[in-house]
Amino acid sequence: MIRTTPFHERTSALNETGLWEHWSGHLTAVRYQASEKFEYFAVRNSAGIFDTSPLFKYRIHGPDAERFLGGVLARDPRAAKPGQAQYTLWCDDRGFVVEDGVLLRHAHDDFVLTAAEPNLAWFGDRIGRLRVRVDEITDEYGVLAFQGPRSGQILATLAPRTAELGYFDLTPETIAGCPVTVSRTGYTGDLGYEIWSRRDDALTIWDCLQQVSEGQGVIPFGMTALYMLRIEAGLLLLDVDFASSRYAWTDEQRVTPHELGLGWMLKGIEDPDRPFIGRRAILRELADKSSRWRLTGLLIEWQDYDRHYNDAGLIPPKDHVPVQEELFVYDDAGAQVGFATSSMYSPMLQRHIALARVRPELAKPGTELRLEIAVNHRYEYVRARTARTPLYNPERKTA
Amino acid sequence: MTTETPARTPAAAGKERRYDAIVVGGGHNGLVNGAYLAKSGLRTLILERRHLVGGAAITEELHPGFWFTTFSYALSLLRPDIIHELELTKHGFMPLLMPTTFAPKEDGDYLLLTQDRGENLKEIARHSAHDADAYEAFEHDVSQVLQAIKPLLDQVPPDIFSDDPEELVALASAGQRFRRMDKQVLHNAVRLLTGSAADFLDDYFESEILKGYLASSSIIGTKVGPYSQGSGLVLLYHFIGEHDGVFGAWAFHKKGNGGFTQVLARAAQGFGAEIRLESPVERVLTRDGRATGVALADGSEYHADVVVSALDPRRTFLELVDPRELPADLVDSIERFRFQGTSAKVNFALDGAPRFPALGDRTDQYRGFTNIGPSMEYLERAYDDAKYGWYSKRPYLDCALQSTIDPDMAPPGKHVMSCFVQYSPYHLRESDWDTEKPNLGDTVQRTLEGFFPGFGDLVLHREVVTPLDIERTVGLSEGNIFAGEFLAPQMFFFRPAPGWSQYRTPIEGYYQCGSGTHPGGCVMGAPGKLAAGQVLKDVTARTTKAR
Repeated sequence: MIRTTPFHERTSALNETGLWEHWSGHLTAVRYQASEKFEYFAVRNSAGIFDTSPLFKYRIHGPDAERFLGGVLARDPRAAKPGQAQYTLWCDDRGFVVEDGVLLRHAHDDFVLTAAEPNLAWFGDRIGRLRVRVDEITDEYGVLAFQGPRSGQILATLAPRTAELGYFDLTPETIAGCPVTVSRTGYTGDLGYEIWSRRDDALTIWDCLQQVSEGQGVIPFGMTALYMLRIEAGLLLLDVDFASSRYAWTDEQRVTPHELGLGWMLKGIEDPDRPFIGRRAILRELADKSSRWRLTGLLIEWQDYDRHYNDAGLIPPKDHVPVQEELFVYDDAGAQVGFATSSMYSPMLQRHIALARVRPELAKPGTELRLEIAVNHRYEYVRARTARTPLYNPERKTA
Repeated sequence: MTTETPARTPAAAGKERRYDAIVVGGGHNGLVNGAYLAKSGLRTLILERRHLVGGAAITEELHPGFWFTTFSYALSLLRPDIIHELELTKHGFMPLLMPTTFAPKEDGDYLLLTQDRGENLKEIARHSAHDADAYEAFEHDVSQVLQAIKPLLDQVPPDIFSDDPEELVALASAGQRFRRMDKQVLHNAVRLLTGSAADFLDDYFESEILKGYLASSSIIGTKVGPYSQGSGLVLLYHFIGEHDGVFGAWAFHKKGNGGFTQVLARAAQGFGAEIRLESPVERVLTRDGRATGVALADGSEYHADVVVSALDPRRTFLELVDPRELPADLVDSIERFRFQGTSAKVNFALDGAPRFPALGDRTDQYRGFTNIGPSMEYLERAYDDAKYGWYSKRPYLDCALQSTIDPDMAPPGKHVMSCFVQYSPYHLRESDWDTEKPNLGDTVQRTLEGFFPGFGDLVLHREVVTPLDIERTVGLSEGNIFAGEFLAPQMFFFRPAPGWSQYRTPIEGYYQCGSGTHPGGCVMGAPGKLAAGQVLKDVTARTTKAR
């Protein structure tokens, strides 16, 4: 039997489409009303609310919590002080990525880690003799992402301390008498916050947020809008942009942090006092220069795209609904040099964009490549240029 | 807007008053033109008469906290190449989707179209089961015409009067395009380009509300009714725009069309163009049949070998220069050029969203245009008044509560409502616009009250803009929003005059780039871009020759 989130009483009343998808065993809205693009624009122009409760959440606590996480996560958790969060990932001992998530540090010895898939055994089996506990707390919380340029000013009227939050900071707060944690995090690449409340308080939090947002163009948004936002923001999705090393069948399916463009996370990897899982393999990858790929954004050249369709007697489609399947990338000589994993027409950038993995030497921004698209039942090769992610990156996100 | 792009002060600019190119008028076409010229390396000055750029595409805070698109109010025809070539997304270009179209009927029913195709077909079927798939056929047939003729918007019209081999080739290639067209598509194109919208729509539909809604696009800005021959062309123009690749879709730019022209101004300045506000140009300076610069109303002069007028044809040929310097046939053509503005605006600040009884407390129907034109007969009767020199007793209204799409337009819970009004002929038979202005406002408000009972109680502020106000404020002759009527004899290689459709003028170095040139009005930018191409072609030729 499919489950519902703590906000379902509200989200189901608001979902005019009857369209739901299953996310980790929960019903989640595909879109709430006829246009996902309208929901997307609400986030880019005002603010949107997304129910992110189904995400797996683990509480990692105890005197050795920091040491434990330092050993299993690729990004150094010591860099996050209490009251800070960090985007992180974990690898296997061959230096391949298992998964990514966000680590929230509530106190010196108390963390919460999010994950897209179950990871309790992965972490639990690696505790050894450390004084640390890993508890799954997924169902204890209702989590709302409140994202967009107006989110900060609106949220500050409910939870004044949030006005002081820097990018990836978090703070305890109280909303209508309910204790919450507010983190300045999200999956949209915009200014935004996530509000973590107790399950039983979820509806109160939803109602308060709706009430203070009244008349300001704030609407709930569904999964399709979220995917649009995350692609523009260059944020990766498990099983779309990469596969977990744990469940991959071949090394071709596996990917390293560097290959995913996340090498920046590995600051201090040379420091021998933090022997995290995968470190030695990653150091070897760096020394041998054996990375096979590099993640890059792709900007598809609009005139060339239009030309292919016009020449075929078709109106060039500009569909904002993300294609989260592989499209192949070629060089001018016709050799396959990479693959795009997510692509869409970006209304903000007014062109087709993609997230792709290409050979490392081709990832330099501005490199001209060709993307294979199907036009009139034939493959055509449309010009595209590599570009640094995030492809859309407003100043307000981190300001 | 208060966030006006700052103009460089004369002191900052120093004493140097020599430029490579001067653009007269900072409307959207002037800005596009200046941006392209600057991008190509010309030292470019854009001179604007008012305290803000944008011409008729401006957004103003006319009531505290309420931002009005005083004149032009939505985007569709803007050419995609301009967005990319001028790098507008870097400067804040943000066309917001308008996800609904709402057309109330006089009997309290309505037609509400959304972004869901299946829902739309059901909604149309509620009025006529026949029209549901007819609507799909109509869209398909019209899209084929649009796809076929769209390239004309992006090219300089061929000069059919010239023996220049380059022109003959262009003409032959245009002819080829028509020859390659499917017979049915070509026939539909001709029917639309020359016939009436009513005839075309009657071939597909039986539902009055659907025909009324569609036919509304055939009269906007033009002194025709849906039954007039020529209204098909206006219909075609309002469908040929696109938003993210969808023909006929309109968008609301963040902070209105004024928000858009601010983006253009930033882009132009980014390429190095200089913009001077409150600098009304009195005349274009000429010597021996060549343009040498401009003189402002205060007597100051700026010099350049290239002067581009973004003003309408009447001002470009009969006011900025001495008509005696021009060939008589051109002067005659311009004097005959039809302006006869027939549109007005009434903009409201509202205490809340209007209530449409059949939809109860819903307000999501206002996230796009609200079309008060419930049948072709309603529209035609509105036109009847204009034929005899008066404004419509029951006007056609194209309304938009833009604050439902962009919350920055009004305080929370409050709204701005832009109402485009037709018909309101510039020439009134028995009165004048200064007298009739409040009465026009009352007529519009009364009309709205009929559809939205209690509307009047919501009104916090009302701004009436008559054709005379458009002329006085923006400078568009007779208040014509397209800088000249969209009538076949005034289009393509006849816009604005036979032999002068390629943006040049008889005065060397003097060019035209306003909406009075091909492809015409709406916030399209194509005239500005195409004119810049001609300027640059001539400048390059001159430089090459000089070498």
